[in-house]
This record gives sequence, structure tokens and C-alpha cells, in this order.
Amino acid sequence: MVAVTEITASERDASHADAVTIPVDRLPELGGPVKMQTRDLKLWYSDKQALAGINLDVPERQVTAFIGPSGCGKTTFLKCLNRMNDTIEGVRIEGDVTLDGTDVYDRSVDPVQLRARVGMVFQKPNPFPKSIYDNVAYGPRIHGLATNRGDLDAIVESSLQRAGLWNEVKDRLGEMATGMSGGQQQRLCIARTIAVSPEVILMDEPCSALDPISTARVEELIDELRDNYTIVIVTHNLQQAARVSQLTAFFHLGRLIEVNDTAEVFQNPGESMTRDYITGRFG
Amino acid sequence: MADTTFAIHSGPAAQARLRKRYARERRFKLMCLAALGVAAIFLVVLIGSIVSRGWSGFLVTQMELTVTYSPEMVDASNPADGNFRMIVVEALQKEFPEATDHSSMRALLGLVSNGGFLAVRNAVVDDPSLVGQTVTMWVSAASDIDMLNKGYVDRTAPEELRRVDDQTMAWVDKLEADGRIRTGFNWDFFTTGDSREPELAGIGGAILGSFWMLLVTFLVSFPTGVAAAVYLEEFAPKRRWVDIIEVNINNLAAVPSIVFGLLGLAVFLNLMHLPRSAPLVGGLTLALMTLPTIIITTRAALKGVPPSIREAALGIGASPVQVVSHHVLPLALPRLLTGAIIGMAQALGETAPLLMIGMVAFIVDLPSGPLDAATALPVQIFLWADSPERGFVEKTSAAIMVLLGFLVVMNGIAVFLRQRFEVRW
Repeated sequence: MVAVTEITASERDASHADAVTIPVDRLPELGGPVKMQTRDLKLWYSDKQALAGINLDVPERQVTAFIGPSGCGKTTFLKCLNRMNDTIEGVRIEGDVTLDGTDVYDRSVDPVQLRARVGMVFQKPNPFPKSIYDNVAYGPRIHGLATNRGDLDAIVESSLQRAGLWNEVKDRLGEMATGMSGGQQQRLCIARTIAVSPEVILMDEPCSALDPISTARVEELIDELRDNYTIVIVTHNLQQAARVSQLTAFFHLGRLIEVNDTAEVFQNPGESMTRDYITGRFG
Repeated sequence: MADTTFAIHSGPAAQARLRKRYARERRFKLMCLAALGVAAIFLVVLIGSIVSRGWSGFLVTQMELTVTYSPEMVDASNPADGNFRMIVVEALQKEFPEATDHSSMRALLGLVSNGGFLAVRNAVVDDPSLVGQTVTMWVSAASDIDMLNKGYVDRTAPEELRRVDDQTMAWVDKLEADGRIRTGFNWDFFTTGDSREPELAGIGGAILGSFWMLLVTFLVSFPTGVAAAVYLEEFAPKRRWVDIIEVNINNLAAVPSIVFGLLGLAVFLNLMHLPRSAPLVGGLTLALMTLPTIIITTRAALKGVPPSIREAALGIGASPVQVVSHHVLPLALPRLLTGAIIGMAQALGETAPLLMIGMVAFIVDLPSGPLDAATALPVQIFLWADSPERGFVEKTSAAIMVLLGFLVVMNGIAVFLRQRFEVRW
């Protein structure tokens, strides 16, 4: 038997019971402008509290990674940013989420319009069972972004190019998207998101269903997209967070434990819990 | 320690356990197979009895007559008023010169069906130049002769217990020997309406009646059912009243169909005064009955569309209505249509509610629209099954075969749609 000193769940909870979510005055200084901001964001699924007052600033045109063990609230938090939780029964949300200083939960904000500005890529590639072209063209069509076929063709081409998929699919745009490989499907979903020209792209574990080569391609893509878009990515893969992000936020049990420059979080974590997590001692 | 683990799964004890397990599995499989066999036997017996009784219903006995349209009997200027019974009697007397007395002539008339007289009349009405000429034509035989020819009359029975007397039998045998009796396919069965005479009765009227009825049923229940299901499944907040509606819909699907007939009677006939016996009313009543089925199958079809597609559409800014109309409904359509067709097939076979709204009437004319009085296929079967004449027995089974044929085709289309167009994840 190999002797491994494991931290049991009860020990961990006991030792971290005093951990609190980061107050506003301890948020790190960001080099650039803030794109999205949450203040004291709380969320309940029916009676169960899933987020305990999160304060976070998301920097513009940078990649912010959310890490943390399963069930820590990172995906829930991510979905608050474009109000995807609205459609779930029994969800109650308190606190502020702002995009360029405007409260996205304000009555005057249309969630449909918000999701065009804050796009989302999901864990499992979910292309529509339509042609590759129609997948990318769907967003521009419903938002009326193209007035004629030529414009639409141009949007589809540039979106696929930005997603690094154009050369692979330019000769088979009419084929079913569901016939592509998983990695291609995920890049298509990214192209579909880009096609509506969002300002922020939320990615919920975009590589968890992909093989290492496809993962590498998507990571390269994320790095390229940073020039034009603000990206928030949830990942279970710590190396991935270290590779692609500039800012890393560590969540635990619905609380934001630590947020800082990625290099700082991985090399010199400020909290013992963060250190335990990134060194593989729990989670 | 490793040794014991190894030993547990080998050796005679392990072999015995394995054998026991396989024996149990074999018994289970055999029971399933036996159940399937019982079902298959029932099906074969059912179909076999219907086919063996009904196949001759698609056939008709005809006899050849050499008809002389003598000017004394038919006036060329008014051919419709001719004495065609006499013409037929004279035509038959050419074969049987001995039949001259009154009762023999009546017996001769009994050989030919009413449709036969009509055929003799129609020929000369269509072409008055036939007056004064002699023509040979095939006309349908009376039902008793039809039964005799098809072998449903027991020739050895005493004459007074037989529908056909000895003399008529002798005449028929002579005609048969002369090659003047033949059995042909009864095309008229599919194009004519009901009749008092079994040899003339057809299911054309019932087919048309069922068609108009199903058209109304589909046009009413499909859009309504789909819209209701979409609202309940996609838009309705999950609150208590939605649960209550759901329970009620499931209950409605199990309500006996005769209750829907009473509802149709009370609402469509007594309250709204729509025409009695009309396919419109039948269709509306069946629509009420089909609605719960369509709502339930549509909801199941909508549930079958994976949530990831809804998320994908929402995630790029589609509104909830766009998510449903652009993605969820089109993807659910094959299963949805399948459900609708199965609902229609149920409606096609439904009899009880139609009895309540007067579609059980004896109607000879073909309905030309949903407002004409009509009957439906299962009701026609019910009516014929109630008729005492031997000729209607085979008509009943023949009509059942036609109804089963339609049901097989509809369910076949449903299976085809499901397999051909359903998107799988």
C-alpha cells in the first residue's frame, strides 16, 4: 500500500470553514479597463445557496480563468454573466452584475440582447443539426446583422477564419455540422458565437470533451481571440488555466477564495486552500 | 489473498453457479419468446378468420344475359320508362323456355340483382339506338345466387330450409354449364355506398365519410394539440396549475370514447345545431378525443430534443420563441407527426362516439363534403354485422379488411417517418 495523506471532505470543510469570499478592497489591481463586474452576487437554487456574495472584476480583452473543485459554483457564476440562469426554475439572484457599468439584471436590459453581447460556448459541442454554414449564419440572421446574402457570406467566412476552421470546411459548408469531429464542432460553436460579434465570450469547460490535439488548437484560438474579445473560461484543467489565462479566480463552495494574475496564483498563491488545490491535495 | 480471489471464480462451485445463472437467463428468454408466440397466434387466428370469411366479399357473381330491347317494351324517345323487368324475364326465358307461368317468371326475376335491372336500363338510356336490337351483357346476380355460386348454400339441405329452391338451383347449374355465370372482382364495392341488397352494398361512402371526418379531426386537433403542448412544455411556468392541467390531460386520454360522443351530441348538435350525421360533427368529436393523445405525444417529442440545443440557441441570443420555432419544433417534427398519425389511426377505428351523433344512419349516397350525411368505416362494419342476410357476413369481413388495410398503411407511414427523419444524438 502506498501511504497517501489525504484530506477528507470533513477535514477540509472544517479547516476552510472560516474562508470567506474576497471583499472588494482586496481585489487585485487590473492593468486595463474593467469589462464586467460583480458585486456581492448571491444565488440560490430553491433553498440551496450556490453563490455567497461574489465580488469580481473581469478585465477587458484578457482571458480570465475560473478554477475550483466540482460543485464550487464556477459554472453557476459564469451563467450569471449572461443571465443563462434565468431559464432555470427556482433560481433567485441578488447583487449586481454590470457590463460596461450597466446592470445586466436591470429591468430595462433584454436578456436576448445581452446574450448577443455576452456569447457563450458550452462544455459539450452543441452544433445545431444543420449545415456548417447555417450554424454560423443563424446568429447574424436572427439579429438582422446582414442585409443580403453577400454580407452573410462575409460574416460566415470571417467567423470561421477567426475560429481557425475556414480552411478545413470552406469546401463543405453545406454539410451537416454534426458530422464533424468533436474538436471541429467545438471550434464551429466558437465561430457561431463570434458571428454575432459579442464583446464577451463565456466558455464553460470548452475542452473537456476534446482530445489533446483539439484542445491545443482551441487554446491557441482562445489566445488569438483575446485581441478582440473579453474571454471568461471555466476549466478543470489547471495547466490549461495557466496556459491561456491572464487572470485566475479560485472558487470553493460558492465562494471566491482568491483572484490574481495567473502567474501569481500558480507560483505564489495567497491562500493555503488555493495552494492545496493547485498542488493536487484536494479537489 | 490473491489466491482466494482467484479460487472464488474458478473450480466446480463457480461452474455450477455459472450454469445456474445461464439456466435462469434461458428460462427468462423462453418465457419472453412464449409470450411473443401467444401474441402471434392470436394475431394469425384473428386475421385468418377475417380473411377466410371476407375474401369472397371482394368478388361478385355475374350472369350473361342476351337482352332484346323490343320496341313494345322500350320507347326509343323515352327509354328510361321501359318495362325492364319484362325484358330481363324474356332474356332468361330464352334459356329456360319452360318457365312461362306466373310463379316461374317471378323465380326468374329472382336470379338477377336489382343492380342487374339497373344495368339493363342504363345501357339503353345511354344509347337509345339499342331499341329493337339484341345485345349480350354481364349483369350482377341476386345475392342468393351469389351465395350459391360462392358455395355458401348447403345443396344437401332440405329444400324448405334452403334460401334457393331446387328449380332455381337447376337453372343456375345450367347457366354455369353454359358458361353464362362468372365470378369477377367487385370494383363497385369500393365506389358505391351502402345498400339494402348485399350484392350492391359498397364501402365507398364509408371510406369517403371517414376521409372527410379525419380531415376535420386533423385540421382541428393537430394545430390545437401542438400549440397547447408547446406552451405547456416550453413556456408555462412550472407551477401547481400546470400540474393540474397535466393530470387532467392524462385523464382525458383515458376517458371512454362514448363520453366524447355524448359531449359531441350535447355541444355540437344540441347547442350549436350543426347538421346531424355530418362528418364535420364526427370530426370535431374525434378531434376532442384525439387532442389529449396529440398533446401527450407532442410533449414527449419536445422533451426528446436535447437541452443542449436550447442552450446553444439561447447562448447566441435567440429569444425563447425563436428557440422553439427555429430549433425545438423542427427537430421534434418527425416524432410529432408520428404521434399525430397514430392518433388519427385511433380516430379512424373509433365507433362509439359516432353512434351518439347520428353517423350510424343508413346512407346510400356518397358524401361530397364534410356537411353531407355520411357514415364511417367502423360504423359501416357495425351496421353490416347487424344485418341478417348471409351476403352481409362476407361484406362485414371485407370491410374489416379494408379498415385494417388503412390502419396498416397509416401506422406504416408513422414508422417510416420516425426512422427516416428522426435526428439522433
